[in-house]
Amino acid sequence: KATVSVLYCRQKMENVQHKLVVLSGKGGVGKSTVACQLAMGLAQSGKKVGLLDVDLCGPSVPKIMGVEGKDVTQGETGWVPVTTEGSGVKVMSIQFLLENEGDAVVWRGPRKDQCIKQFLKDVEWGALDVLVIDTPPGTSDEHITLCEVLRPLPNIGAVVVTSPQNVACDAVRKELSFCKKLNLPVHGIIENMSGFACPHCADCTPIFSTGGGQQLATEYTLPFLGTIPLDPRLSQSEDAGIHFTKAFPDSQTAVSINNILGKIATVV
Amino acid sequence: KLQFLYFIGGKMSDQPDMDKANEVCVGPQSEKAGKADACKGCPNATLCATGAGKGEDPDLKVLTERMATIGSKVLVLSGKGGVGKSTMTKELGLMMGRMGLQVGLMDSDICGPSLPRLTGAMGEEIHTNNEGWEPVAVDDNVGLVSIQYLLDNISDAVIFRGPRKNGVIKNFMKDVAWGDLDVLLVDTPPGTSDEHLSIVSYFKQSGGCDGAVIVTTPQEVAVADVRRELNFCKKSNIKVLGIVENMSGFVCPSCKKGSDIFPPKAGAVLSAGERLAEEFGVPFFGKIPLDPALMAACERGEPLEDFVIANAKEAGKETVMPPSVLALQGVASKLLKALGKEAPKTA
Repeated sequence: KATVSVLYCRQKMENVQHKLVVLSGKGGVGKSTVACQLAMGLAQSGKKVGLLDVDLCGPSVPKIMGVEGKDVTQGETGWVPVTTEGSGVKVMSIQFLLENEGDAVVWRGPRKDQCIKQFLKDVEWGALDVLVIDTPPGTSDEHITLCEVLRPLPNIGAVVVTSPQNVACDAVRKELSFCKKLNLPVHGIIENMSGFACPHCADCTPIFSTGGGQQLATEYTLPFLGTIPLDPRLSQSEDAGIHFTKAFPDSQTAVSINNILGKIATVV
Repeated sequence: KLQFLYFIGGKMSDQPDMDKANEVCVGPQSEKAGKADACKGCPNATLCATGAGKGEDPDLKVLTERMATIGSKVLVLSGKGGVGKSTMTKELGLMMGRMGLQVGLMDSDICGPSLPRLTGAMGEEIHTNNEGWEPVAVDDNVGLVSIQYLLDNISDAVIFRGPRKNGVIKNFMKDVAWGDLDVLLVDTPPGTSDEHLSIVSYFKQSGGCDGAVIVTTPQEVAVADVRRELNFCKKSNIKVLGIVENMSGFVCPSCKKGSDIFPPKAGAVLSAGERLAEEFGVPFFGKIPLDPALMAACERGEPLEDFVIANAKEAGKETVMPPSVLALQGVASKLLKALGKEAPKTA
């Protein structure tokens, strides 16, 4: 039975056409990278995009989007999300609400649950074509809350990110079990950090192993959306808050990201 | 198996049963326990309202006894996911075991347990005896406890909200017969949430822990999260024994030239780990380069040293320990020194 706050959240989300949750069982595989690249890419193609960062302990999205440390203002009906200059993506993250950048958010589950609901119902998202939601790794409070609130709504789906190696795929299998158990549709699997082409000799080393993403897609009969190779300029761009695919369009990584974007765009 | 977690090891009837708690449980320790809106309909509501969850926890005595036979307790932390906490825990734990120390590994990443895979001990089961739960022997002198061993299938998701995760951690600390250990390494999930709060709290109430090893990678996006973790340690009075910077540089196996895959801040003289160490006045334990051999060793569940030796043997070459092994050995020896320990025999 839904609580009042959950009903308010769903009401607010009626103005959002598609909800795209970026998940992974594993930390550090590139959820935030993928979420931000998807948001920027979809916005560039003319869609109205929101980007919600529910990683409350490790909010990376503002930095990657170049809006770290910005203030969130109070509007008439709620918090006004921070809009990025270049891509015009509306961003919301706990990072904007921290007094000092180094402040740790040391919250147990119930407070995290409350915060996420506030991000859904008390933010002036306006009418959006897509709301991309970046998540922390795991299958816990944040994920359960998102599913509880959003699952009954139309046009919700997940994109699952992995890196090639077994230890990542183990955790991602659990995430896929979570999606199945909670009836969250999965649009497909993305394999990130898929090999590194040495800039000196162009030889490609599978630093984080190879093949895990495709294997998972086959195992779970899900679309394999593609691989993204490592490029140090992607990490550098994120640290500087610049749009990587725009700055380095010829990079194999940018080409891969754009291919994946094309596939996601058909779904949303 | 999971449903028996809270019952193995003792009577729980006078304590709230966290397995049956409402989803948005405020926690039995909360001021509003049993009386909050979230408590409506919860079978523990009456117990919590009478303060059963508060006050001296009867499990504390047992927990303290378990922790008392452990020489040093070390947390392996990072604000950021995927920097190599579990890899560090595995390598340091196995290295110390090979040095002759008795080592326990506690995998407190309830949603994404990595250590069984990394130590080559998947598919094992936790057996119980008179003493309690037996850690799984992953190497001579090294025992591991992980939620993975309590699941029927590898792919089973553990879909627990905070309070239930806390319950599992408590089981790991009070029901496992760790025995006489020189070192207990606690691998943690990324972040600063339920698992971290519970572990720190239980350690505090049972005699304390010796400190934390913090793992970072070179890029700024990681540094921000790790800074938060360091602030968490500061606020919780956890001593930071040292910082390790992992994935620090890559040497191409073909042309032997170096690249930075996760480049540090442009123009910075010191690397990310060094900067954080300086900022917080804590020791810097060293940089571990990205090494495909380390990744392969983890995929196969072997200690890196064993993997390097086996590879060399197969290729008919003399074993030359790569920089990654030397760096890890350096971290292990600095950690032992920080704990005031001398290894019985050198690696």
